[in-house]
Amino acid sequence: MSLLSFFTRKNSAPVARDRLQILLAHERSNGEGQSELIAKLREEILEVIARHVTIDRDKVQVKLDRGASVSTLEIDIEVPGLKLAGVRANGAATAAVEKPAPVEKPEGEDDAEPETASH
Amino acid sequence: MAKVLVVTSGKGGVGKTTSTAAIGAALAQSGKNVVVVDFDVGLRNLDLVMGAERRVVFDLINVVQGDAKLSQALIRDKRVDTLSILPASQTRDKDALTPDGVARVIAELREKFDWVVCDSPAGIEKGAQMAMYHADEAVVVTNPEVSSVRDSDRIIGMLDSTTLRAKNGQKIDKHLLLTRYDPARAARGEMLRTEDVLEILSIPLLGIIPESEEVLRASNLGSPVTLSNPESAPARAYFDAVRRLQGETLEMSVPSDRKGLFGKWFKWRVA
Repeated sequence: MSLLSFFTRKNSAPVARDRLQILLAHERSNGEGQSELIAKLREEILEVIARHVTIDRDKVQVKLDRGASVSTLEIDIEVPGLKLAGVRANGAATAAVEKPAPVEKPEGEDDAEPETASH
Repeated sequence: MAKVLVVTSGKGGVGKTTSTAAIGAALAQSGKNVVVVDFDVGLRNLDLVMGAERRVVFDLINVVQGDAKLSQALIRDKRVDTLSILPASQTRDKDALTPDGVARVIAELREKFDWVVCDSPAGIEKGAQMAMYHADEAVVVTNPEVSSVRDSDRIIGMLDSTTLRAKNGQKIDKHLLLTRYDPARAARGEMLRTEDVLEILSIPLLGIIPESEEVLRASNLGSPVTLSNPESAPARAYFDAVRRLQGETLEMSVPSDRKGLFGKWFKWRVA
């Protein structure tokens, strides 16, 4: 460790405290349901997309970022050779989840609302 | 009336067994009739930490299953005559602990002793649930470290939902025991401070046990730290914690082993 990094090194305890506060706020409110919810969301969103375009299930990435007040759920779906109008040309659908508000539907969908508002 | 106290934490290696031995001994040293019960079936260690490992004949499982009488399995401590230990089985597994059998043994212990101190195994499964099920009070042992705090939060949730008291709509008194605490590192922002842990877990603080060489020395010797070196910093911290457990109100401080001129600097006070 250089002298400069010694003086500029940030305290780690406040980072630990903040990480714990965010994590535990989520664990207390969601408990066991959290991982189930993500799986369910993934399945239902894929089902809707697959109704309109052909997708490869291995090329779907689900990312979750838990924040203090807002969490984002990112679902990245690779759509080879897009055939249908009405779905965005870049082929990526992103759903934002703001807890405890209900899930925003991906663009271009009208029915098959994921049952998440109660979680 | 007898009290059943569970010493629990979720995470392993944070000091449950050390604390059970120290709290049990300190209660007995104050004149109370105390039994410490090892619920860590298959990985018993309380006997070793208490220095009773060569005197184990029967264990908790034998009593639970009716193969031995309680009086045959209890080992009287040689140093404090109001202190007894009920060891766990080393060979059996947790499934041998039947709910009815445990209930019967706890009821019998309640008649014989003022305090029944249960040493919980790590984890959140059957063994840990069995250890906390009959508790009136709980000591949640936590290190000032993220994984320990997270697991303690989980255990606090279980104490409020899966214990007999919770099921009867009664409250279970929960106390936080912060162990392996280093006030100097906390002051430098290198370790979670007491206030941080209290804010996150929001249960009352029973005591702060400083990180100390005396704790390893005590387990090497097979003696609770309150007996091996009652003047040491961790022993004084445990004595204070036990007085609070018995209803006394004491100023919260972290005892220190440092003497002389620097002693004052290292007498850290906590809000």
